[in-house]
Amino acid sequence: MRVLNCADTGVLVEVADLAQVIALGTALEASPLPGVTDVVPAARTVLLRLSPGTDPGRVAAAVTEIPLAVDIGQGTGETVTIPVHYDGEDLADIAELIGLSPREVVRAHTAATWTVAFCGFAPGFGYMVGDDPRFRVPRRGEARTRVPKGSVALAGEFTGLYPRSSPGGWQLLGRTDAVTWDLERDPPGLLRPGVRVRFEEAA
Amino acid sequence: MSSLEIVATGPMTTVQDTGRFGHAALGVGRSGAADARSHALANRVLANPPEAATLEVTLGGLRVRARGPVTVTVTGAETPVKVDGRGAAVNEVLHLPDGAELSLGTPARGLRTYLAVRGGIDVAPVLGSRSTDVLAGLGPDVLEPGDLLPVGPVPEDPPLLDHVPTAPIGAEEVRLRVRLGPREDWFTERAHRTLLDDAYEVTPRSDRVGARLAGPVLERSHEGELPSEGMVPGALQVPPDGEPVLFLADHPVTGGYPVIAVVCSADLPIAAQARPGTRVRFVPWR
Repeated sequence: MRVLNCADTGVLVEVADLAQVIALGTALEASPLPGVTDVVPAARTVLLRLSPGTDPGRVAAAVTEIPLAVDIGQGTGETVTIPVHYDGEDLADIAELIGLSPREVVRAHTAATWTVAFCGFAPGFGYMVGDDPRFRVPRRGEARTRVPKGSVALAGEFTGLYPRSSPGGWQLLGRTDAVTWDLERDPPGLLRPGVRVRFEEAA
Repeated sequence: MSSLEIVATGPMTTVQDTGRFGHAALGVGRSGAADARSHALANRVLANPPEAATLEVTLGGLRVRARGPVTVTVTGAETPVKVDGRGAAVNEVLHLPDGAELSLGTPARGLRTYLAVRGGIDVAPVLGSRSTDVLAGLGPDVLEPGDLLPVGPVPEDPPLLDHVPTAPIGAEEVRLRVRLGPREDWFTERAHRTLLDDAYEVTPRSDRVGARLAGPVLERSHEGELPSEGMVPGALQVPPDGEPVLFLADHPVTGGYPVIAVVCSADLPIAAQARPGTRVRFVPWR
């Protein structure tokens, strides 16, 4: 663990891998540190945003005390099932990149257990990491100017779900009618860090 | 209940308060008044609670009409203020009778002016805040002529001061205190010196997301991609072209370019008032 400074506004904690990001993010969610207004987990880091007047040194010292060897097998204990129409424009490309047939891609994607590692890019956009190491594909060479709302897509080690239409460079695997971001709901996002996700083929 | 009718907005006017807290893990940024100090002052002048929403006016030009009597004040970048054509002052308690029109001219210095009303702008909050986040598309829409903004219940405490003196806002050259990091090791020693020795200029491609700066290129010490990581307001993020972007209120929650240094929180209001053309010098903090 390495703690980096962001002047007096934040403390950036760098860890070894995503499992440690999830462990640290979950631990900070369960027992928040005083003076920390927001916790931002990302690919290899967790940012702690501080309220004015908080001493970053004290937060840095407190965060290094948090054990990262905790069992993350439970996540937040919540599992969400998302029905997907596996008819994405890039399904054939994905299959070729992974070295499976399109049908096998669908079977593997629905068999894997996914965990939301962090959110970003847009409100409610969850970066989900799976337990099947074959899902590792590059971004598209050229980004699409418009990826439709509900698209389920792959990039790097992640599955992502576009809560609203936006430009995007991820490989489109399919689409879902599930509403993952709803401001009328509390919390508005279904895909929060630590939440387990299973995908199933939509009827 | 009184309300404010927007007659003209100038280049851009939005509703802002102290921002959204606790939702960054969902990918929702803080947003809120870019110059939090002027926003807070406006509420203090009117004895509003600190979280009451105000109007953030970019480069003046706002005209509002009182629908019902209201008490208001103008803070931030100093503009000529008129009430029904007669001159009025900034940082002062102003009583507008029903139908009166308040108009702001263009500030000679600074960028953002705040109009607060006793009781606060009472539009519906989204995720605990009435702020417009222009990047995420959250909160009330950017204001347009014809919009009618409800005013909240007037607080019990009366305004204590008629006028609050403030230091002048905006200058041709500003100094912002920074601390190197979190990713200073992605840049050469020379880049560190350049950042602290040379001047940068705020470009017109600046908004609530960030002030895009022009100036000497900040050289990287190594290539490669940084995995996306959380960002803070005041971060000086350096995209591949080497010219830094100074993140303001609506900055993205995460970003993939390295941050060479961060402006200390006390100087963020100064950064938010730096209009295009302002020279910026970064000096070491502590």
